[in-house]
Amino acid sequence: MSEHILSIIWLTPLVGMIAVMCLPKESKDLIRYVANGFAVLGLLVTIPMIRAFDSSNGDFQMVERHDWIPALGAQYYLGVDGFGYLMILLTVVVGWLSILCSWSSIQERVKEYYAFFLFLQAGMLGVFMVLDVFLFYVFWEIMLVPMYFIIGIWGGGRRLYAAIKFFLYTLAGSVLMLLGILKLYFDHFAQFGHYSFALEDLLRVAAYTGPDMQFWLFWAFFVAFAVKVPMFPFHTWLPDAHTEAPTAGSVILAGILLKMGLYGLVRFAMPLFPKGATAELTVQLVALLSIVGIIYGALVSLMQSDWKRLVAYSSVSHLGFCTLGLIALNPNGISGGMLQGFNHGLSTPLLFLAVGIVYDQRHTREIADYGGLANRMPVYTVLFAISLFASMGMPGLNGFIGEFTILRGAYEVSIWWAGFAVLGIVLGAAYLLWLFQRVMLGPITNPKNEGVKDMNLREIIVMAPLVAGCFWIGLYPKPFFEILEAPTNKLVERLDPGYFSRNAAEPADEAVRLSRLLPAETPASE
Amino acid sequence: MMDAISFTLDDFHVLKPAIVLCLFGCGILLTDAFLVRRIGQRWLNAVTALVGEAVVAAILLQYLPDVRSGAALTGLAGSVVVDGFGVFFNVVFMLAAALAIILSARYMESEGEQRGEYYALILFAQAGMSIMATGHDLVVLFVALETMALSFYVMVGFLRDSKRSNEAAMKYLILGAFSSGLLAYGFSVLYGISGSTSLAAIGEAIAARPALDWIMILALITTSVGLFFKIAAAPFHMWAPDVYEGAPTPTTAYVSVASKAASFALMIRLFVTAYGSVAEAWVPLLAIIAIATMTIGNLAAVTQSNLKRLLAYSSVAHGGYILLGLVAFSATGLRGIAIYLLAYVFMNFGAFALIAALRRDGEAAEELDDLNGLFGRAPGYTILMAIFMLSLTGIPPLAGFYGKYYIFLALLGEGYYILAVFAALYVAVSAYYYFRVIRACWLGEAAERPASLDMNLGTRTALVASGVLTVLIGVLPQRFIDLAGESVLAALR
Repeated sequence: MSEHILSIIWLTPLVGMIAVMCLPKESKDLIRYVANGFAVLGLLVTIPMIRAFDSSNGDFQMVERHDWIPALGAQYYLGVDGFGYLMILLTVVVGWLSILCSWSSIQERVKEYYAFFLFLQAGMLGVFMVLDVFLFYVFWEIMLVPMYFIIGIWGGGRRLYAAIKFFLYTLAGSVLMLLGILKLYFDHFAQFGHYSFALEDLLRVAAYTGPDMQFWLFWAFFVAFAVKVPMFPFHTWLPDAHTEAPTAGSVILAGILLKMGLYGLVRFAMPLFPKGATAELTVQLVALLSIVGIIYGALVSLMQSDWKRLVAYSSVSHLGFCTLGLIALNPNGISGGMLQGFNHGLSTPLLFLAVGIVYDQRHTREIADYGGLANRMPVYTVLFAISLFASMGMPGLNGFIGEFTILRGAYEVSIWWAGFAVLGIVLGAAYLLWLFQRVMLGPITNPKNEGVKDMNLREIIVMAPLVAGCFWIGLYPKPFFEILEAPTNKLVERLDPGYFSRNAAEPADEAVRLSRLLPAETPASE
Repeated sequence: MMDAISFTLDDFHVLKPAIVLCLFGCGILLTDAFLVRRIGQRWLNAVTALVGEAVVAAILLQYLPDVRSGAALTGLAGSVVVDGFGVFFNVVFMLAAALAIILSARYMESEGEQRGEYYALILFAQAGMSIMATGHDLVVLFVALETMALSFYVMVGFLRDSKRSNEAAMKYLILGAFSSGLLAYGFSVLYGISGSTSLAAIGEAIAARPALDWIMILALITTSVGLFFKIAAAPFHMWAPDVYEGAPTPTTAYVSVASKAASFALMIRLFVTAYGSVAEAWVPLLAIIAIATMTIGNLAAVTQSNLKRLLAYSSVAHGGYILLGLVAFSATGLRGIAIYLLAYVFMNFGAFALIAALRRDGEAAEELDDLNGLFGRAPGYTILMAIFMLSLTGIPPLAGFYGKYYIFLALLGEGYYILAVFAALYVAVSAYYYFRVIRACWLGEAAERPASLDMNLGTRTALVASGVLTVLIGVLPQRFIDLAGESVLAALR
C-alpha cells in the first residue's frame, strides 16, 4: 500500500465517479451520499501522505514509476515535493467542500454533476503529482472536459458562451505548451540518444540549449500557464466562467484550477528553462503584466455591479501578486507566491460560497438588490467579514502573510514593484470593504431581503474548515513556510546558481523567523 | 513491362487480397441474383461480404511474419510489392470496409435500397485500394485508382430516389474524372522523362537529371493536383461537402476514411520513391497546400449546420494535418500519418455510425439540431459520441491525439516551427465545432419530435467497438505504435 499512496489519492475520486455512474439517476439522495462519501474518503486517503511527507527533504517523495508507453518514453511517474504536497491538500479539502456545498443547490441532472465533479477532482490531483511531462499534459487537458460540462450545464444565463470560451482559451494555451514539450523532448533525444518525458531527464537539457531557444520555449509554456492563472491579458475567460459557473464550480475554479498555472510555472516552466525565466525581457514583461493585472483587476472589481463578477475580477488582482512573487525569482518571492496561491485557494472559495448562500435564496447577483443583510444574518455576517479580511490581507489572517512575503521578495528586486503592489492592496481593501458596506450594512431597503435566512449547519460546516485554515496560516504560518522552503531553495538555486552562497543570510529563513513574531502583534485586529 | 508472359505463384501471392475481394464481389452478385433475392433476406449479402473481409484478414495475417522481418514480397516483375507499408494500409482498408458493410446492412434496409451490388462495390473498391497501396508501377497504380474511384461513383449515387445522392454522384464523377485525367497526364510526362513506368526507375531517372526543369515541374504539378483532388486538399476540396452530404452515410464514412487513406498511400509512394530526390521542390508546395487545407477545412466547419457537411469539412482539415506528415518527410512524419489514419478509421466511423442510426419518423436525420437532448434518450451512445469528438479534436489520452503528436514532433524535428504553431492553433479552432456537436447532445433542448437512434446488433457492435478502440489506443498505444508506426517505414527503404 505504502508505495501507492499517490495513485490511491488520485484514483479514489475516479472510482467514485464510476460508482456514481452505476447508480440509477432517479435516486438523487443516494448519489449525493455516495459522492460525498467518496469526497470524504478522498480526504482520508491523504493521511498516509501527510504522515509520510518529510518537509526537510527537497527531493520528490513517495515516488511511483512504471513504464507506460515505452515507444515514446512516457512513464507513469508520480511524486510530490512541498509545492505539490500543499496543492494536493488544498485540492482534497476544497474539492470535498465543493461537493458538500452542492447538496441542495444542484437539483437537475444530479448524477452527471457528481460524476463530472469527481472526474475533475481526479484530473486535478493528477496534475499536482505527475513528474512525467507527457502524463502531465494528459491530465492537464483531460481536466478541461468535465469543467466544460460543469459550467455549460449547471451555469448561469450565459453559460454556453462562458464554457466554450474557457475551453478554447485554455486549449489554445495548452497546444502551444505541447509544442514546447515536444521540442524539449526532441532536444533531449538529440543530446542523450533516448526518448524520455521524465522531468529529471528533461531538466538536464537546459544545460545544452541556448538562451534564445529557452526564451521561446519558456514562453510557449508560460502562455499555457498564464491563461490558467490567469494573467492579464489572458484573463478574459475568467470573469465569464466564474460568474456563470455554479457555486461549486466557481469554488473549484478559483480554489484549485487557477493554482495549476502557478504550480505549472514553478514545477515545469521555470526549472526547465532557467535561462528563459531569468532573461531580462521575461522578468520585466512578466512583472509588468503582473502589476497591470493587480491594478487593473482591482479597478475593474471596484466598478462591478455584479457580486460574483467582483469576486472573479478580484482573483485577477490577487493572482497578479502571486506571479509577481514568482518572477522576483528569490526565496521570499517564490515561497510567498506559492503560499499566497494557497491562501487564495482558501479565501476566494469563501467569498464564492458566501455569494452562493444568498444567491440560492434570492437568485440575483446584483449588489444593488442587497443591503442590510447583517440585520437578518448574524452568523453569515461574521463569516463573510472574515473572508473579506482574509482576502484583503488583514494581519492575523492568511492573506497578510502571503502578501507581506511577496512584497519583501518584490522589494529585493525593485522598489517600484513593491510600490505598485502596495497600491493594489489599498485598492483591494477599497473594493472589498465597499462591497461589505453595500451588501451587509445599513437598513434593509429591498423588502425581498426581509425573509432571508441565516446560514444552516451544513453551510457553516462547509465554511468552517476554510476559515480555520485562514486563521492557522495567519497566526502560525511556520509549518507552511517549512514545507515550501526546500523546493523553493532548490528552484532558486537552479535559476540563479550560487544565490545562497552570495546571500549568506538566507532570506527564506528570515521569513520563517519573521512569521514566528507575527502572532504577538496581531490578535487585536479582529 | 513484364519480361515473359507467365503468372507464377509469387504473383498470385502478392495479389491475393485483391483476387479474394473480386471473387467475393462477383460471388455476391451471383448469389444475390439467383439465391438471396428469392429468399428475400438481402442482408445476407452483407454477411457474405463480411466473410470476404475475414478471408482478407487471414491473408494479411499470413503476410505479417514476412513483412515484420523487413522482407518485401515482390510479384508481377516488381510492379506489385507487398511490404509493411502495403500491409498496414490494407489493414486500414479492411477495417474501414468491414465497418462500412456492418453499418450499411441497417442503413440501406431503412432507405429501401438493400441490394447485392452495393456490397459487391464495397469489395471492388477495396480491391482497387489494396493495389494502390502495394503497386509500384504507374499503370498498375492508375488502374487500381480508377477501380476504386468508379466503384465509389456508383456507391455515392446509390440512393436512386434521392436528388442529393444523384447530384453528389454526378459532381463526384465529373470532378473525379477530371482529376484522374490530370493524374494520367502527369504519369505520361513521367514516362516521357524516364522511359519507364516503374516508380523506382522513375526515381533514379529524376535523381540523374541535372536540375529541376519545366518538364519536371509540369509532371510534379499535374500529379500533385490530381492527388490533391483525391485527398480533398484545398483548393481542390469543393466536391467533398456535397458528396459527403449526398452519399448514403455508411458510404460517406467509407469514402472519407478509406479513399483518403488509399490516396495518401499512393501519394506517399509516389513522392518518396519517385520524387524523393527533388524534395526541395515539393515540400514548400505541400506545406502551402496543407496550411490552406487546414484553414479552409477548419473555418468552414465552424458554420455548418448539417452533421455530414460538418464532418466533411473536418475531414478536409484532417487531410491537412496528414499532409504535414509528408511535408516533414521523415520517419517520424510517416509514423504520424500511419497512426493518424488508423485512429481516424475508428473515431470517424464511430461518429458516422451514430449519424447513420439517427432517424426521425423513418427519415434520416442529419442536422446538428437533431442531436439536441440526445443524452436524455441514449446516454451511453452520447458518451461514445463525445469520445469520438474529443478524439477528433486531439485531446489526450484518446487515439486521435497520437496522430497529431507524431505530426507535431516530426515538424519540430525538421525545424518547421511556424507550420507547427499553425497546426497547433487550428486544434483550438477545431475544438469549437466538435464541441458544437457535444453541446447539442448534452445541452440542447430536445425538439417536439426528437430523432431517435435506430440500431441493430451490427451497428451497436460497430459503434461500441470503435469507441473502445478509440479509448484503448489512447490509453495503451504501445502495440499500435509498434505495429502501425514501424511497418509503414518500409516505404522509406
